[in-house]
This record gives sequence, structure tokens and C-alpha cells, in this order.
Amino acid sequence: MKILIKNGHIIGPSQGIDGIGDILVEEGKIKEIKMQDEKNKSRESCIMNRESDARTINAKGLYVFPGLIDMHTHLREPGYEYKETIKTGTMAAVKGGFTTVCSMPNTNPVNDNSSVTDFIIRKAIQEGACTVYPIGAITKGQKGEELAEMGIMFSEGCVAFSDDGKPVMSSLIMRRALEYSRTFNVPIISHCEDISLSEGGMMNEGLLSLTLGLKGIPSEAEEIMISRDIALANLTKGRLHIAHVSTEGSVRIIRDAKERGINVTAETCQHYFSITEKTVEGYNTNAKVNPPLRTDKDVNAIKQGLKDGTIDVIATDHAPHHRDEKLKEFDRSPSGISGLETALSLSLRLVHEGVLTMPQLVEKMAVNPAKILGLNKGALKIGSDSDIVLIDANKEFKVEAERFISKGKNTPFDGWILKGMPVMTICKGKVYE
Amino acid sequence: MKLSSKDLLGIKELTKDEIILILDTASGFKDVLKRDIKKVPALRGKTAVNLFFEPSTRTRTSFELAEKRLSLDVLNLSVTTSSVVKGESLIDTALNVQALGADFMVIRHSSSGAPHLIAKHIDATVINGGDGINEHPTQALLDAFTIKERIGKLEGLKIAIVGDILHSRVAKSNIYLLAKFGAEVRLIGPPTLVPEELEGLGVRIFHDMDSGLDGVNAVMVLRIQMERQGKGFFPSTLEYSKNWGLTSERLSMADKDAIVMHPGPMNRGLEVASDVADGPKSVILEQVTNGLAVRMAVMYLLAGVRE
Repeated sequence: MKILIKNGHIIGPSQGIDGIGDILVEEGKIKEIKMQDEKNKSRESCIMNRESDARTINAKGLYVFPGLIDMHTHLREPGYEYKETIKTGTMAAVKGGFTTVCSMPNTNPVNDNSSVTDFIIRKAIQEGACTVYPIGAITKGQKGEELAEMGIMFSEGCVAFSDDGKPVMSSLIMRRALEYSRTFNVPIISHCEDISLSEGGMMNEGLLSLTLGLKGIPSEAEEIMISRDIALANLTKGRLHIAHVSTEGSVRIIRDAKERGINVTAETCQHYFSITEKTVEGYNTNAKVNPPLRTDKDVNAIKQGLKDGTIDVIATDHAPHHRDEKLKEFDRSPSGISGLETALSLSLRLVHEGVLTMPQLVEKMAVNPAKILGLNKGALKIGSDSDIVLIDANKEFKVEAERFISKGKNTPFDGWILKGMPVMTICKGKVYE
Repeated sequence: MKLSSKDLLGIKELTKDEIILILDTASGFKDVLKRDIKKVPALRGKTAVNLFFEPSTRTRTSFELAEKRLSLDVLNLSVTTSSVVKGESLIDTALNVQALGADFMVIRHSSSGAPHLIAKHIDATVINGGDGINEHPTQALLDAFTIKERIGKLEGLKIAIVGDILHSRVAKSNIYLLAKFGAEVRLIGPPTLVPEELEGLGVRIFHDMDSGLDGVNAVMVLRIQMERQGKGFFPSTLEYSKNWGLTSERLSMADKDAIVMHPGPMNRGLEVASDVADGPKSVILEQVTNGLAVRMAVMYLLAGVRE
């Protein structure tokens, strides 16, 4: 099938593309890109009128991005299919403008061996709407005790390793993981939380946690572990990627480490720059997430970190849960936000606010994740996979959780009016609109 | 005047005028409790269910007796006999109790916010009988009633709360209530149990007992829970008691007419010395009596919200 995307505003930071042009897709690959001639801007079209057999998409007034890459997704399969499946999770991804997602290993069984990796990859090929790259566990059973078979999982298709949600508390094991993973040149993604300090915590620690009677998690629980992992990255020369950065102090520590030349990258998630701990008021379990929502000063620091490049990536930490689980007492309700279908729109607010330029946004959501994970994705260039998303940056819409494609309707953004959304995603040779 | 909400979830949610209304109404009920026949037909035909997910003797019996004095039909459900052990959700349990015809549900739960969750999903009146480390509103109301009865007012008083503020729903409710009346609240205890952030509520924090007690009109002593020992909040109960136990010597720092309060159950010799607990300044047993009157007032007024 041939698809011709005409007159869109193409943003391809990896190739330095930022302007009006046409893209021709053939056989699931980008066949041709032609930018409008600078001198003849008044002319309606530039290329490929000859492609009369192609499906033509008029992208006038729309942005054309490389398909977004989420390097932090919980697809829940195998084991928690009542929360999400590879099929529903990838359909939600495509609706949200993502053409690639990386699934975290905290499934049941844990993705700590090649047979689980293989299951996920096969299932994703059969049923997945978009491309899925699994992330393997660092340690067997995510227990933080013994290294999992990283090499075998790597050859089976894992692109990174993480004990997400269960931080590796032993500095020795973390050291070994960062050292050993150098063999395969893959990043170790660290969920930074000193669980002896955060024990039993449910929200950000401060006056609000005291007045709600909910045990707090101090920022330091995250910052101590980021400091430790950066020290270990310096020691081992391994590749460290910090997951879901949520605090001002974390941004400062990572900025310092980068200035010192340490091999570290970092991500944040849309909720950490969009809302604060105040959202928890009224015991709102849809605002329970780990790390917890913080304060205004943290939100501002995260934005600054994105702007100055300290934070490389916006990842969703899509964590779908069943309605019944979120309808429990706050302390018994699981942490997590269903994020795939709102991440791009919330991130576009950063562009509207002037925090990021449109090309910078594409870097955070496609180019940099591909670079960190070593994926041949995230670029609009001839010969690359036709992962493309069309964005209407000005279209306003109301978030309706009940209409999410994801099984997880758990979002604190329900009812929000957002400006800017994906209107079409082209992925694995199919057009979703 | 009426209360504005069908539920009593916390002191946070009440206005000063509503608190005054409850205290005034409780005065009337206290007179009733002094009579030969202590029962009034006010809520005859209505049903109260005391839904206790956490062990409690004092609060549950106080509510139960208050309900009986108001002629309510009373059902006590405690966690050991409930279906929660069979995996039933909190909302389902509450809906089932409501289906039995409950007009009032008194909830005691170890999770902060549990009564709020129930109140969102049922029509019956929900009364918070203590949730996690959030609030225990009827305790603060009965404490205020006791202070007012003994000293005549709340405004302008200096009131010390001593002990494990961090884990105390009683302390939290008292702080909110006393702040609404412009009392000076002093929190006394080790920094591990008295978080500094609470200064954001306008309270004063003391780690030294003597300076904290200086000139106060009332001392509320909190129960020290034995299970906090060994968790790093304080090294031993002996050391705690040496620094923050209320002795008659320390009490001499307070105003000469100061009263001593405790929400119970007491650890004699640990947070409060026996001679203080049994001494002339102690109003600890009056608090228990006043608890009945205050809980009757709360239920009576909440019933009025629906009329």
C-alpha cells in the first residue's frame, strides 16, 4: 500500500527537518520525503502528483511527527490481563500517537527469562497494533538478589533491563548489573526509590500528607538512590537511565552528573509536570502513583530540566489498573496512572507554554528514546519504518476516561480540556484514525 | 441552624459555628444524662450500625450507649465477624449494611479516608469514628466540650498536646478544632513524632517538655503505642517517659488551674504518672462521660440535616 501525506508540517529533528512537505510511504517504509521549495512557498504542492495510486492524506495544518516511542509502558500481559493486554495496550498506544512501546517486566511471571520475552514478542507480532520491545528484569523475580539472564533475553529481543517498581536495594547487585550490561551495551533503567525510607508511603511527604493522614514519601527517597546509581554508573561506566524523575533535587543531581560527564540519561512522565500532590485531596486513588505527585516547585524544576536537556525523555509510565482496584481504601489501592492516551496532549502543553519547541518535544518522545535504546526508529528518513503520527496541535478535546481504549480508566485527568491531539497514526503499514 | 453535611467525616469539614452548635446541643444532652431516666425518643425507629474494622472498646461502647440513649436500634459489626475476611470490598460491605436499613453508619477503620470513600457511595449518614492517622472528630468535640465546661471558653487558651502527634488522629482533629477557635496549640514531643511541617497550621512546636508546658491551660496527653518502640521513633519507653512523661513536677509549669486530659486507654507511668491521672487536675473520666453527650448531639443534629 502506498500512502502520500501531503502538505503537513514535518518535524524530523534527527534529520533536521522542520517545514512543510510531503512524505510517500510504500511497503511499510518511507520511500520519499520532499520539502516545499523555500522560494515557491505559495505553490500548493511539491511532489508526487504522479502517485495517483497512493492513498492521499491531506495533512495541511497538521504536524507530521515520527511515531512516538514510549520507553516505559506496563502492558500487564502475561498475568494481569484483567488490567491490560498486549492487544488493548498497543491499541491505546496507537490512539495516543505511539508506534513503539517498551513493556516493563513486572508481569506474572516476571519477564526475567527468555521464554517470557519470547511470549511477549510473539504475542505482540500477532496481536499488537504497534511495535513492542520488552524490557527484561535486572534480577530474577525482580528480587534484587541474583542477576537474570540478561544476555539471553537481549538476544531474544529485550532492549533494556529494569526491576521497575522494585528498586535494586543492594548496591553490589546494582554495580554488577551496570558492569555486566556493558557486554551488550544496553541501558539499566533504574526506578530510584530507597524503600527503607519510603516504607509504607503513599503520597508526597509534607503538610498535605499529614493533614490527609496518609504516610508520606520524602523526595529524598528518590534522590538518595539517584545519587547512588550515578556514583555506580561513574564507577562501572555502565549505561544508566533514570526512570520517572519527579523531584527538583533529582533534576539537580542529574544535571550535575551530566556536567561531570557521567553516562546517565533520564526520563520524566507527563503527570510530573502537569499536576501536584493537591490532586490527591479527597483520597483520589487515581492520583496515587509511584513516585508520588510532588509540589509546584518540583513541577517547575521538571519543566526546566526538560528545557535545558537534563531530562532526555518523556515516558508515559502507563500503569493501567482495574476499576475495582482503584475503588479501594487509598492505602490498599495500587499505584499508577493510565497514561498512553493523554501523554502527548499533556506534553503539547509544554509547547503551548513555551517550555519546549515542537522539535524538542519530538526529541523527548521519539528521537531520544530510540537513541537510548539503540532502536532504528524515531526518525523520518528514507528507508526507515513508516512509523508516522499526524498531530492537530490546536484541536481541543475533553478527556473522557470511560472512552479510553486502554482497559485502565485510571486517570487524574478525566474531564480535563486539552489542546492538541494525534489525529492519525501510521504503524506497521496500517492507518489508524 | 443546621449542619450542612449529612456526614461527619472530620473537624476539617466543619465550620466554627457548626462546632458551637454541636457543643451547645451536647450541653442539653448532658442534662438528660443526669436524669433518672436517661433515654430520649429522639431517633426512635431509626437504625445505627457501628462498623468497626479496627479493634475498639471505648469508642464503640460510647457510640453504642449514645445511640441507645437516643432510642436508636443498634447493630455492632466488627471486622472479625464481617465478610471482609472473605475478600469483600469496603464499598460492598457498606452497601450491604445500608441494604439492611441502616440510617447511620459509624465507621472505625485503619485506612485514612475509609469513611470518606463509604460516604461517597452510600446515602446513609456516615460518622467517622476514627480513620487511620487522619481524624477522630468526635474525640476532638468531646475534648472541646470538656475544656469549655471546665474553663468556660476555648478562645485564647494555651493548650499543649504531648506525644505521638504523627500517628495520632486525636491530635490532628484537636489541632483543627482549636485552631478554628483561635487557641494557641503547642505540640510537644520528640522530633520523630512531631513533624515540623505542622507549623504550617499555625501551631507551636516544642521538644522540651518544661518550656512547652509553661503557662498552658490544658494538657492533652496522647497514648504512646508500644508498637512504636523498636521502630526508631524513640529508643525506649523508659527514655520516652523520662523526657515526655507527664509528672506532677512537670505539671507545675502549667497554669495553676490547668486541666489534664487523655483520650485513653492510658499507659500509667509511661506517658502520664498515676498521681497526675488520678489527681485533682485530671478530667480524664469526665471526658468519657462527655463523650456520650457529644455523640448523642452529633447523631441528633445529623438526623436533622435530612429533615
